[in-house]
Formats: sequence, C-alpha cells, structure tokens
Amino acid sequence: MKEFAYACPTTIGEAVAALQADGARALAGGTDLIPQMREGRRQVACVVDLKRIPELASISPLADGGLVLGAAASATQVARHASVAAAYPAVAQSARLIGSLQVQNRASLGGNICNAAPSADAVPALICHQARARIVGPAGQRDEPLETFIRAPGKTSLGPGELLVSIMLAPVPPRSAATYLRFTPRREMDIAVAGACALISLDAQGRIAAARVVLASVGPTPVRAASAERHLLGERPAHELFACAGQRAADDARPISDTRGSADYRRSLVAVLTARALAECCTAPSIQQAKP
Amino acid sequence: MKTLITCTVNGAEHTLLIDTRDTLLDLLRERLGLTGCKEGCGNGNCGTCTVLVDGAATNACLMLALEAPGRDIVTIEGVSLQGKLHPIQRALVEHGGTQCGFCTPGIVLSAKALLDNNPSPTTAEVRHAIAGNICRCTGYDKIVDAIVGAAATLQAGGR
Repeated sequence: MKEFAYACPTTIGEAVAALQADGARALAGGTDLIPQMREGRRQVACVVDLKRIPELASISPLADGGLVLGAAASATQVARHASVAAAYPAVAQSARLIGSLQVQNRASLGGNICNAAPSADAVPALICHQARARIVGPAGQRDEPLETFIRAPGKTSLGPGELLVSIMLAPVPPRSAATYLRFTPRREMDIAVAGACALISLDAQGRIAAARVVLASVGPTPVRAASAERHLLGERPAHELFACAGQRAADDARPISDTRGSADYRRSLVAVLTARALAECCTAPSIQQAKP
Repeated sequence: MKTLITCTVNGAEHTLLIDTRDTLLDLLRERLGLTGCKEGCGNGNCGTCTVLVDGAATNACLMLALEAPGRDIVTIEGVSLQGKLHPIQRALVEHGGTQCGFCTPGIVLSAKALLDNNPSPTTAEVRHAIAGNICRCTGYDKIVDAIVGAAATLQAGGR
C-alpha cells in the first residue's frame, strides 16, 4: 500500500474541507476501499475517515414522515433500526444481503451506493422508496434522486470534493408493501445474478395506486422497470397480472452476458423475481387488510 | 509514516507505534504478536481474521489500525478465561469441529458474537452467523453442532 495521509473529521464541514485535497477519498466501512488500496487498484493520497461524524452515522425521522439514513451508517445498523424494519422492511432485508455479517458490520449504505455496482443490493429498495441523495460539496448542498445519482458502473454524479451525506426516504403511503429478492447460486456471500425490488400501494378500493419495480445486475445501473410499473397501475393484485408485469420487467432489463450469467438467463430471472416479489408484497399485513 | 496510537485489545490498553498503512490485522499480528488472528484472503471474503470490534464480528483485514483508537477489540487470545477454554472452544474440540484449525479462531469469534446477542440460536441462525467464515477442510456440520452445543452449555450456566 502507498503512503497516505489520514484525516478524522468530526463534522461534515471538516470532512468536505479535507476532501478538497488532491487524491482524497472518503472512508466509511472500508470494505471496498481498503482492499482496493492494498491491491494497488486505487491510489489514495488522503483517507478521510467519516466514522467519527455523528450525523453521518445516524438514522432519524424526517418532518414529512420519511426517514433519513446517514451515509456512513453500517448495513447492520440499517437492518436493525426499528423504524427501518417497521416502515421500510425491503431496505432492512437488502442490507442483510451485503456480504457476510462481518462485512455488514462495517460496510456503509453510502459506500454501497457510491461504489455504484450494478449489483448493489441496497440500492433497488432505496429507489423504490424514492430515495434522494443529499450531497455536500465546496459549492454547498444539493439533493438529487438516487436514481439519477448513480450514472454508470463505478460512477456517480459526485463532483470533485463532494460528499454523499445522507439518503432521504419518502414517507410510505398507507396500504403499501415492498420486497427485494435476488438470485445467487450460493445462499450467502454471493453477488446477485439478478435482483428485483417491487413496491406497491393500494387505493381504498384495493387497486394498485402506485407501483415501483427496480432491478439489480441487469444493466449498467439499477434499472427502473417503467413498463412493468405502468402495467400494474389501476389493476387489482393478481398472480396473472404479476406474471405479466414480470415479462414487462424482463423487457425493461438491459442485461449483459458475463461469468455470472447470460443475458437471456438474467431476463428469465427478472421475470420470475419480479412476479415473486410482487406476490410477496401481497402477503404483507398492510396489503392483506386493504384487499376487498 | 509511523504514528503513535492507543487502543484496547483483550481488555488491556496498548500504546503502539504503527505504520499508518497497517490494517488492524497487521497491528494485532505484527505489533502485538497476537497471531491467533490469521490472514487468509486479505480482502474480506474468508473470515479467518475475524475479531470483535465493540462486540461486532469484524474482518481485521478490512479495518485500518488508525481506526482502532476508542474501540474495544477482542481476539481469540482474549476469549479463554484464565487459561480455561471458552465453552465455544471446548464444544469445537468435543464435537471435532476443527481440522487444520486455520479458520477456527475466526469461527469462535463469529460464534461468540452470535451467542452474546442471541443465546439460543436456531441451526439456520448459526449457519448464517458463520457464513462469512470459510472452512476448506470439511463440511460445516460439526462446527454448527458445536456452536449449538455451546449455546446449550452457556444457557445452562456452564462455563
């Protein structure tokens, strides 16, 4: 590993100031950054450790009924937080899929996002919940939908010296449920060949008033399955409907063939996972009670 | 570059001169001689370097030594009590849950992190808790049996 300077700020302001240095890089969990540095895949002149900034590690309610997750909060912290578990179970569920427990105890939500891997497990559920990224940089603060924040494999909209400080989740409408499912050859310690997160909200008559389907590992970024979502709107939940939505989602996917699976295989997985995720949403008490 | 840090390992406070590039694993093995913590893959996949940091199972290879100050670190050397094996260690011996032993310290610490928070886990919970600890000698059945057995011993007040 090359020599590097180490900064351990205690405020966001100090962290952003430290990130202005050439070759500075934020360190949260370190589960990706440290191996990258050790293997010489990334040259870092200054490591800016974010873990001593209380705001970045906190999870708290928003005035609009949503929830704000600090970017340096660990996957374990996210998975175990009472408000996440109660209102955003798909977010908790996906945080539990990242690496091993050892990795989850260190890896941060912000790191999973900023690595911008197409397979990032935490991201589809966050996008389903209309997550917005709050970014602080030399020019001040800006917010951006998470969906556009992730630009390409390994690329986000973060400019030089900018820091992702938090993720804001939208309030969950009544009669809603969300589920994330992924397919891996091994049950644990694996990377998704394909993943699908579905969120549905029913109106008072039991029709689907809002639907979001976001796919993992089937495009350069997490993929919003827009035609699957349109297909669901205004309909009553039913298995045939979900199977159809799954087919649409497979068409929305833009997979490549690689060592983990062929493009065709991934499309088939998307159809199945989307339909299953939608069906699983319907087993949630919030949906069961709403169905006429 | 060298720097002086103070950290707590196995209940004792140490002030150490470290290289700023040291991982926690380097600190434990090279600076403190705690070689029970092993390096397998060096990138967080195998779990042989598992230690407890503030009670949570952590890959020591994925943490900088610079991040150690203020954290309570426990290694395999800090698990036995006055020279007496911890019930998890004893159960691994009794169930034959070891072969070459390279993964064993990490498994003990993952099991300890589990049982400290969940005193009577199901077999599935045990398997999940050690999913980040790779054993290449054998299957995991005897290891799982040992951890379930240790949970029962601890529940019965055994030490």
